[in-house]
Amino acid sequence: MEDLFNLFHGFAVIFSWYNLGMMAIGLVLGVIIGVLPGLGGPNGVAILLPLTFTMSPTSAIVMLSCIYWGSLFAGAITSILFNIPGESHSVATTFDGYPLAQQGRAGEALTCSFTGSFFGAFFSVMLITFLAPLVAKFALKFGPPEFFAVYFLTFASFIGTGKDPFKTMIALMIGFGLAQIGMDSVSGSLRLTFGWSELLRGIDFLIAVIGLFGIGEILLSMEEGLKFEGKDAHINVKVVWETWKKLPKYWMTLLRSSAIGAWMGITPGGATSASFMGYGMAKRFSKDGDKFGTGQMEGVIAPETAAHASGCAALLPMMALGIPGSATAAVLLGGLMIWGLQPGPLLFIEQKDFVWGLIASMYLSNVVGLIIVLSTVPLFAAILRIPFSIIAPIIVVVCAIGAYSVHSAMLDIWFMLVFGVIGYIFKKLDYPLAPLVLALVLGDRAEVAFRQAILGSQGALSIFFSNMLVGGIMTFGILMLFWPAISFAWDKVRGVDPGSHERRKTV
Amino acid sequence: MVLKQTPDRPHSVWLTYHAAEAITAAIIFVVGLVMMIDGYRSGMGWAFDGPESGYFPFRTGAILFISSAVIFLRTLFGKHRNDKLFVSWDRFKQVLYVLIPIALYVLVTQFVGIYVASAVFIGVFMRVMGKFSWLKIILISVGISVTLFWMFEIQFMVPLPKGPLESLLGY
Repeated sequence: MEDLFNLFHGFAVIFSWYNLGMMAIGLVLGVIIGVLPGLGGPNGVAILLPLTFTMSPTSAIVMLSCIYWGSLFAGAITSILFNIPGESHSVATTFDGYPLAQQGRAGEALTCSFTGSFFGAFFSVMLITFLAPLVAKFALKFGPPEFFAVYFLTFASFIGTGKDPFKTMIALMIGFGLAQIGMDSVSGSLRLTFGWSELLRGIDFLIAVIGLFGIGEILLSMEEGLKFEGKDAHINVKVVWETWKKLPKYWMTLLRSSAIGAWMGITPGGATSASFMGYGMAKRFSKDGDKFGTGQMEGVIAPETAAHASGCAALLPMMALGIPGSATAAVLLGGLMIWGLQPGPLLFIEQKDFVWGLIASMYLSNVVGLIIVLSTVPLFAAILRIPFSIIAPIIVVVCAIGAYSVHSAMLDIWFMLVFGVIGYIFKKLDYPLAPLVLALVLGDRAEVAFRQAILGSQGALSIFFSNMLVGGIMTFGILMLFWPAISFAWDKVRGVDPGSHERRKTV
Repeated sequence: MVLKQTPDRPHSVWLTYHAAEAITAAIIFVVGLVMMIDGYRSGMGWAFDGPESGYFPFRTGAILFISSAVIFLRTLFGKHRNDKLFVSWDRFKQVLYVLIPIALYVLVTQFVGIYVASAVFIGVFMRVMGKFSWLKIILISVGISVTLFWMFEIQFMVPLPKGPLESLLGY
């Protein structure tokens, strides 16, 4: 009951012209960012973050989270109309979305995916409304050892669920290494600066995100020589209504994908793997499973619902524990710190307006977002028809401005360029980027939690197994960490070729 | 389905996946080593009040060192050697066509400010890659720079690097 009261309070907070305006701006910008190659959720939010420094935290988070929702909606537009996934989480949408568009049913496919996204988001927001306060209340009892254990579990589950454990490990460690550059926050001594005073303030995660995702993507698009030749988006009230009438048939797919997505969002599995899992499960359980890939509506609903559910659910651990579930959530978390809020369970007590305003805005913005995308798809599709030779340099300029405005430092633009090259190489070699960003944002906090915990126990590592709670989380984390090795050994015992899973995954 | 014809000539095979993989692993290996050395320098062990400041960097470096060594060895001696093309020289030239101009753009920004540099960068890019007419180029590139100037300097009051042109105009 108290939660509902808080939620109404949250609605009261965001119902001002200013906040509603920020919401609309965020959603439209988000869709544009999601449609453009080279700009996506993480770097779009990162570039716009400096513009929010002077806003109130609630308005700022409403705008930035709406950019995130907008970009989640937008992924489907490019996938269905152009067969080019604008975001990695909409790759699975191309499988059935593009065939539908080729059959002239683009309108139906778009309506399906947007409505599915909406459903998934709604599911996750409900979950956040009722679960997040409980998690936060529970986490209030956490001390440094428990927090370190949760960080450890977060990082370990990347390794447990990732494709190549060694590459995930390298991505994580590079993130940690970058976080360590500069002043050590505990002892005040300098680390990894090599006597270079410019490195004193460290490398901001925003620069890394803008470079890795923005410039890296531009380089990749250049190499692939992208030419956008898309189908027309015919969407009108009649198509939407006809499609909506068919949707209740797919209630099972909607619910299943929502649940998968919510789970993958809370544990940092990410929207990309959620969408693939949603698609795979729908294919397995649907009676038309063998027709998937030829233009099935279910094949569009399943991945989009899961992706959006996971994107929303990623905010649950971010708000309740201060641990983001996705790269974009990590950037938002960085924003919290910049606006002067202390992420973690105390947010629910000290910043009620902020937390419940955000949750209320999630309800509202998904409704508004659905209306915006359904009514303006042709407009956004037209953006993709602008030649790449105009779009590309503009994106580079926007990235450079974004990188500079973080600290007003010229050197940061150079760093952005270096990160761009790293992003290009890592993407081509299948190094995951999300763990790198998360480790970069959380590295300092994880290290401080570890050192505080160990100070309390005077150097004994047994502190991490001193009670059921922390011991349980640590054990689960260690299990996740060694999961690839365990499943490898298990396959060996059963006599299956251990490499076969991996190859099947990549096919 | 018709296989896509790649325009690359056969002799333009330049860098295979396993070569790129091995080179990347080698670079990460060196990075790990550097981090271990720096961690060792600032103390990697336990002081009387807990871990020293090099405790984490040293271990981070060590894990990088080991993981990259595994990938390096796996790439060189592994069963599933990926001899596919990483990038052909023709395609890589496309990447350089954008990478080098970006680097020049950042360099020029330091002298003439970001607004002038952006207009020039967008203009040159449009001319060389898109073969647009000069009128379109000037309209778009100058238009975008002016819009950005209005947005950042006037609306949001976020100062960006400015050069002699802006100071001539009194900013």
